Amino acid sequence: MSRRADAMRPRVTARARISLCLSAAAVVVIAGVVAVGAATARQERTTAKVSSPTFASACGTRPVTLQGYFESGFPDITDLTTAFTKQYPSVKWKVREDPFATITQDAPLTLGGPNPPDLMRLPTISSLVKDRLLKNLDPYFQEYGWKSFPASQLAQLRTSPTGVGVGTGPLYAMGINYSLTGVFYNKALAAKIGMKVPQTLAQLDAILAKAKAAGITPIEQFDGGATGGLLFPLQQLMADYGSASQIDNWVFDRPGATIDTPANLQATEHLQQWIKAGYFNPDANAVLYPQMMSNFEAGKALLIFDGDWESGNFDAHMPGQVGFFLMPALKAGGPQAAMSAPLTYGIAAGAKHADCTAFFLNWVATNPTARKINVEVGGSNPGGPATLPIPKVKPGSTTSQTLAAGAIAAKDNGDMGFIANANGSIYAEAWTPNVQKLFAGQETPQAVLSSVQAAYKAAGS
Amino acid sequence: MSHTTMTSRRDHRAGRLAMGSRALVPRARAARLHGWLFLSPALAAYGLFVLWPLITSLRYSLYSWDGVTAARWVGLDNYRTVFSDSALLSVLGHAFQLIIYFSLIPVTLGLIVAAVMRRVVVGRLGTVARTVLFLPQVVPLVAAGIAWNWVLSSNGAVNQILSAIGLGGITRAWLGDFTYALPAVGVIGVWVLLGFCTVLLLVGMSKIDPVLYEAAQLDGAGPIKEFLNITLPSLRQEIGVCVTVTVIAALSAFDIVFIATSGGPGDATMVPGLEIYQLAFYNREVGLASALAVVLMLLVLVCVLPIQWFVNRGDVRA
Repeated sequence: MSRRADAMRPRVTARARISLCLSAAAVVVIAGVVAVGAATARQERTTAKVSSPTFASACGTRPVTLQGYFESGFPDITDLTTAFTKQYPSVKWKVREDPFATITQDAPLTLGGPNPPDLMRLPTISSLVKDRLLKNLDPYFQEYGWKSFPASQLAQLRTSPTGVGVGTGPLYAMGINYSLTGVFYNKALAAKIGMKVPQTLAQLDAILAKAKAAGITPIEQFDGGATGGLLFPLQQLMADYGSASQIDNWVFDRPGATIDTPANLQATEHLQQWIKAGYFNPDANAVLYPQMMSNFEAGKALLIFDGDWESGNFDAHMPGQVGFFLMPALKAGGPQAAMSAPLTYGIAAGAKHADCTAFFLNWVATNPTARKINVEVGGSNPGGPATLPIPKVKPGSTTSQTLAAGAIAAKDNGDMGFIANANGSIYAEAWTPNVQKLFAGQETPQAVLSSVQAAYKAAGS
Repeated sequence: MSHTTMTSRRDHRAGRLAMGSRALVPRARAARLHGWLFLSPALAAYGLFVLWPLITSLRYSLYSWDGVTAARWVGLDNYRTVFSDSALLSVLGHAFQLIIYFSLIPVTLGLIVAAVMRRVVVGRLGTVARTVLFLPQVVPLVAAGIAWNWVLSSNGAVNQILSAIGLGGITRAWLGDFTYALPAVGVIGVWVLLGFCTVLLLVGMSKIDPVLYEAAQLDGAGPIKEFLNITLPSLRQEIGVCVTVTVIAALSAFDIVFIATSGGPGDATMVPGLEIYQLAFYNREVGLASALAVVLMLLVLVCVLPIQWFVNRGDVRA
């Protein structure tokens, strides 16, 4: 390890130094020749290539076992691997699953270990790229013609080779699908209070007040343990008072970006008003995500702020009972925003079957069966080439509403990254404790933003 | 003639004894070698899983390292951060608060429960009671943490009981409340460690000579005087073990806190074990995490060594 090399660097004599210099020069010359040769060969291959790699050229003709490290609780990726094996029986999968928090902490060690997975669900990519743990997917981008994908779809998956700044630079990951967040509502409870889908934030405020007056919990939200679920409504409010692009500047660490802005302060103060008015379940600081879902599905609350990954679940278990709307704008007709993120997967720099895994990623984005699985099971936009249609879903289903909402957010340029993903530690170390304190009335909105910005700066320094 | 015979016999015996003692030396050596041979697997495991990680942690604590790329020597900077960062110091404060719940209450309650069980709960009922009390030691702490999460949730068993007895006004989501989250975690600790302390103390009580109690009764001592003058002094060793084990459990708590609250809400239940984990695996500050781990180890020693000294001092006098 280089750390050890630093600590135990041997003393080098003058003669040895000259000899080393000569050897190094020879190595550089040879490496240069080899590199030029390889580059030329690659260029020729790229130029000569007229079509995407075939299955045989990517995965070979012999049986191959791909190793996957996936997030537990997401059946879409499991269904996709199963369908892939059905189409290509020579490919088997060896899959390990863990909760996202475990994946976040394990990612560097797993990817840098002696047996890295071929395909892995990823948290933020910057630090992994900085440590050279992820494969640069640009060659596959060229070979498979991923330039036909909308550029914005892949923007969050690009960073510089040093991991600084997200949005430009080589491609280091792909989205299995592309999810967005908004507000799910219980149709029966909505009917009880005569709720109509709100068009402005003021209308949403009125709905919350009405539900509260009717004895219905207006919003059920998870915010317990290590999960700062209050970030969902907070970021939606931030986009209302500010803009999606301002939030993206911060999430993607663009120069001068700060979370501590007057607009974000207004948003946090608005959230504080909701908390003080008792619009959230009073035990939010002790409620974890599964409990929130279970309470909402049991009809204990009118709304939840959540993502379209639950659409398939609602269609299966509460058909016709759950509606979805994008967070209403501050003023009527204003742009609507949504946290929109690829379900990010990357290939380890040391993956044994990188080519075959890239073939799988291309298959996921383009194959009709895969796209159908992504929509029906994942409940999300399958992404892929702009020319490919989104598989049809049952009209009136929750999935149909989230897909339609995605089109509105895209039209309004309202897609934004998640503020919890700005860096690897910001969610656990800064956002979660601070929004929990805000909920308990132990911290002011200004203090929340200042603390988070301080942690953001510390992590970047 | 007879003198000669006697002398030669004595010499012969002496010669045999001398030969025997010479033979004992290699035999003792062989015995010692066998001893080390038997000890070596345990020593190897101890060295590999305890000493080596300890040395490695000490070394890491002197570097700034993200766990993957090259490390940078920073000397004692990480230790300076541990002692100057107020957030890290408050985390150490939580560990000391946990001593009340993990150590003081289980040992005190354990003494009372064991004394009552020794006098009142005997026979098959006693066996059942001991088994039930010891059960939390057998249940995996992760499972226990999840179960307690439900029990202490807003509509969990605790709040249901409180509501049923007319105390609905004080119900709350205990693990999500800034004031009560740490005591609630402490209650889980009491549940886990009470059985251990009770069973250990019961075993200690069974070794006390019954004659002492008979003598005390003849002198007119009641149950409380018996307890204070006979039981308590006789259990010094067992109490020493209980306090040592539970104080270590309090200071190095991780699993219960991780499952029950993950350190939240806010930082209300953040403890050193969890902070070390977060620093190493979320913040990727392996050096700082190692420094905190070393400080925690020293803290445990500072707390436990005086207890051991106090307990063993009595033995030397005796």
